[in-house]
Amino acid sequence: MRALAVVLALATGAAAAEIAQPQPLKGGIEFQGADVRALQADAFANPGMLWVARGERLWSQAASGGPSCAACHGDAKRSMHGVSARYPKHDAALGRVVDLEGRINACVTGNQKSAALAPESEPLLSLSAFVASQSAGVPLAASIDGPARATFERGRALYFERQGQFNLACNQCHDRNWGATLLAEKVSQGHPADWPAYRIEWQALGSLQRRLRACYFGVRAELPAFGSDDLVALELYLAARASGLAGSPPGVRK
Amino acid sequence: MMLGRLLVPPTVRKGEAFEIKVLVQHPMETGFRRDMNGQSIPLNVVNRVVCRIGGREVFSAELGSGVAANPYLAFFATADAPGEVEVEWTDDRGDRGRVSAAFGLA
Repeated sequence: MRALAVVLALATGAAAAEIAQPQPLKGGIEFQGADVRALQADAFANPGMLWVARGERLWSQAASGGPSCAACHGDAKRSMHGVSARYPKHDAALGRVVDLEGRINACVTGNQKSAALAPESEPLLSLSAFVASQSAGVPLAASIDGPARATFERGRALYFERQGQFNLACNQCHDRNWGATLLAEKVSQGHPADWPAYRIEWQALGSLQRRLRACYFGVRAELPAFGSDDLVALELYLAARASGLAGSPPGVRK
Repeated sequence: MMLGRLLVPPTVRKGEAFEIKVLVQHPMETGFRRDMNGQSIPLNVVNRVVCRIGGREVFSAELGSGVAANPYLAFFATADAPGEVEVEWTDDRGDRGRVSAAFGLA
């Protein structure tokens, strides 16, 4: 076990050395109350599982213009295991870094020859929740080397940039003040491992981008558009910053 | 057809209470909210949930706008013979949903 830990430390060491990872790494669920933790852990009562169930159905349904997801990818339990833990990822065919939703949409428009799914739409969230749920318990391992480097640096710059009327940067809450109380909430370390997640405030499942926009709104900053390069870059920085942390999507948050 | 999930133990003991769990995907619009254009979103909630075992009604509930989105119900029932638990619900727009699950006797 110790040998394994050393190997893991070596593997993530390169990334960890240049990213200020909060110590110890704590998933977002650890900052939630007992009721929310119980709801996330209960595979039946977790409302996010409704989206997973719908996504499972969509997975094997033929698209309007092409084959179903299952026709190429087969059984998602095997083919999608650990996949979402490596996202956002540079896609050579697209020539840019995409997050999981972006990758699904690229498949929908490219391979299924169908109209792109709207951001935060039911089918897109269902599919991303279903795919992400296959990687529950897999530690995040987004690559920031090679072509993803520029996007990562952009995300890092955004993370440390003061924004909005409150003039706050992400790191001021999520690096320096995690664990502190903000109104009725505990400030989390800002890790993306459990997303997409069901947020009780929204009464619905939402993507990480929606959650990031909520933070932008909170500091009274201009909201970046869904799918914008800024949001994807920030997602990549957060994923790299949380590397080694295992999530259990779909999460539940207050 | 609305999506729901139903959890029933695969086998139950004759005459002994067992738990039935139901999760329904529904926005449970209160009628007080407005959309991005300021238009009122009409009231639309799941107003009735009925559970039957082998055709016999064992549980029903009338829900209102005070219930959160994606309602979760858990209740107990007994059975003397193996059969099927069937849960049906309707909302204010007349949409219906149905889930069912079979169980055996231990």
